[in-house]
Amino acid sequence: MTTRSQDIPDQSPKTIIERFWNRSLEFIVSIFDVPFRYLQRWMGMRRMPYIFVIPNLLIFGIFILFPMLLNFAYAFTGGSNFIPTERRWVGFDNFSKLLNCTNYFDPNTCSQDLFWRAVFNTSGYVIAQVALMVLVSLLTAVILNRRIKARGFFRSVFFYPVLLSPIVVALIWKWILQENGVLNGLITAIGFESVSFLANANWAQFWVVMISVWAYMGFYTLILLAGLQGIPSELYEAAKIDGANELQSFFRVTLPLLMPTMLVVLVLSFIRAVQIFDIVFAFTGGGPGTATQYLVQFIYDNGFASPTRQYGIATTASILMAGVLIIFTIVQLVLQREDNE
Amino acid sequence: MKPQRLLILLSVLVITALLITACGGSDGPVEIRFTIYSDGNEAEVMRGLLDQFEAANPDITVVLDEVPYQTIDEQLPVQVETGEGPDIARITNFGAYRGQLLDLLPLLEDDDYFTNNFPEPVLAAMRPDGDTNGLYGYPDGLTVTGPFVNKTLFDQAGVEMPGPDASWADWTAATAAVVEASGAQYAISVDRTGHRFAGPAMSMGATLIDSDGNFTVDTPGFRAFAETINGWHTDGLTPEEVWLVGDSVNSCIDAFKSGELVMCMTGSWQINGTATDVGDTFDWVVVPNPSGDGGSTGVAGGAGVVAFADTEHPEEVAKVMEFLIQAENYSQWSAQTLFLPAQTDVATQGVDFATDDQNILDALTVFTAEIPKLQDQAVGLNVHPFAFAYYRNSADRISQYLTGELTLDEALERLQQDIDDAIAEASG
Repeated sequence: MTTRSQDIPDQSPKTIIERFWNRSLEFIVSIFDVPFRYLQRWMGMRRMPYIFVIPNLLIFGIFILFPMLLNFAYAFTGGSNFIPTERRWVGFDNFSKLLNCTNYFDPNTCSQDLFWRAVFNTSGYVIAQVALMVLVSLLTAVILNRRIKARGFFRSVFFYPVLLSPIVVALIWKWILQENGVLNGLITAIGFESVSFLANANWAQFWVVMISVWAYMGFYTLILLAGLQGIPSELYEAAKIDGANELQSFFRVTLPLLMPTMLVVLVLSFIRAVQIFDIVFAFTGGGPGTATQYLVQFIYDNGFASPTRQYGIATTASILMAGVLIIFTIVQLVLQREDNE
Repeated sequence: MKPQRLLILLSVLVITALLITACGGSDGPVEIRFTIYSDGNEAEVMRGLLDQFEAANPDITVVLDEVPYQTIDEQLPVQVETGEGPDIARITNFGAYRGQLLDLLPLLEDDDYFTNNFPEPVLAAMRPDGDTNGLYGYPDGLTVTGPFVNKTLFDQAGVEMPGPDASWADWTAATAAVVEASGAQYAISVDRTGHRFAGPAMSMGATLIDSDGNFTVDTPGFRAFAETINGWHTDGLTPEEVWLVGDSVNSCIDAFKSGELVMCMTGSWQINGTATDVGDTFDWVVVPNPSGDGGSTGVAGGAGVVAFADTEHPEEVAKVMEFLIQAENYSQWSAQTLFLPAQTDVATQGVDFATDDQNILDALTVFTAEIPKLQDQAVGLNVHPFAFAYYRNSADRISQYLTGELTLDEALERLQQDIDDAIAEASG
């Protein structure tokens, strides 16, 4: 015998929502059910997976592959016309223009001196920034991996700048460092002369490195922290029993086991450093002079900011930059494979 | 009917209904998009005029998109080239859009009124090669470059302001004396662009455009002003961040408005913004362009309103343009934006500028007096099809000279090469 309460369907809000959700799903499935059933019958079961990857392939093709191929169309043609079919064929002229130097170590002897200044500036920036980034991220990760007070708070604090827009980062630091900025206010308040942080080439280059490390280190710290947490604690205990002090444990246990993660951090930070643009563009605009003008800004200036658009030069520079990045990525893959073996 | 089939039938009906709605024509007003930038209240004044237009033409709506100048300078050309541009825009680089503008000539009710009321060199600057009478847009004002001076700082310092025939050396010495006596931060500066650089350079004897219309940058006058600016930097008289930091046009007007800078070489389009932002904080004046071996000249310029050939509503766009150039409407624009009129009827009748601020009225009087003094090359520069190749590259190369990356000889050689390359690339 059943009671009356068991006959009445459950009308609680949770059940109503569940029922509504299930009906909605059924409805959506039913829309696709018929055409997909016919499709499967027509194509066969084995070919059906291609149908499901088509949307992704289309997105990749339209937004990545096609623009990449288009780059070559612009690099081998000249003029300021944007429509590829209306541009004249120039062969390797743009490559010759960019690579034409009497002395590759002196930009003043190059036909495109600004490109070579950008190459040298980018190289210097990448070396300084990547080295500092890896060092600071590692140090921060090691500290945050220890049992310190308010560890969760500090982990959030170091990650917070990663969430900020690069333009916001640049503007905040510009307000701090400009001639009448916060830092100069403090410096003059204690009786010293103000410093041209933005208008002096050395200071500008220094701050660009510092700001980009500040902005992105949280991301790499997080990766290294995950790597550190993957090292079994037994290894440290064994090292301790063998008489190793903390420094020895770090160099003999932590660093060797963290190397694969370090390699990932190194490659990611290298690629990001070569592509630096937004922060610096909003912070110094590439100045003073061309002291902080890097490769991507050179590409942007020629392709978009120049009054007579030099799309050929811009795309050629971007192909050369991509070439360098591909070489370094291959080196990283080889190193990683050797490491795994 | 099974529930599943019912759902399929319903979904087919919904999709069909949506398709019919999407394909169906709209009986609403035609929408025109107008992109504008402002140095002061231009967008607000234009909106007022467009409201009047819409009231008289209820079948046309004009959407006004206000954007920063950098968008006009860098993004609009690409948008227009790819057919994604607006119907109308306020621009400064007339040469950049030749061949992409809408010829209003066959669409206007009275094309003679248009032709007769605007300077022919400006109308010609918008025409593609071979076109001698097309009408593609109109100048919305005449601007002249010239220096703004903080009068209060001069008064406080007890330094006498140099007279109308003073040279750049006289002004440099006077403003340096004001800084010394008043404790102001900076003496003198000029906007970071080849446009504002050109007037002082021409006043010092530079011949920037030869009789064939070619750019020649390595002249004694050009060198003299480059060396003058370099002197301001080495002597600590100028805000370094104006010329050394930044990628495009950088104005000294912000430093001037905040009272840190005694003299800023900029132009008449800054009058309204300066008056609004400075308010009663200090008194400011505009002074005649300083003299030199080449006389005294500012550089003419100004923005223009143009229509684009890709518009889907050419007749409606022409209606808007014809409305805006009428004397009563143009006069309203000039009066409220405080721009010197470039429309002949309005200039002849005179503009009753909408202000009782004596600083503004005096500034407008000084700038008006600068117009007859303009050299021919100072008038021809801004309408030169490759003026902007000179403007940007000169600012970049001079900034390299100021930081010591290049000597002046190297900077001028590179600049000439940049301009020649840009012209060759665009012509090819």
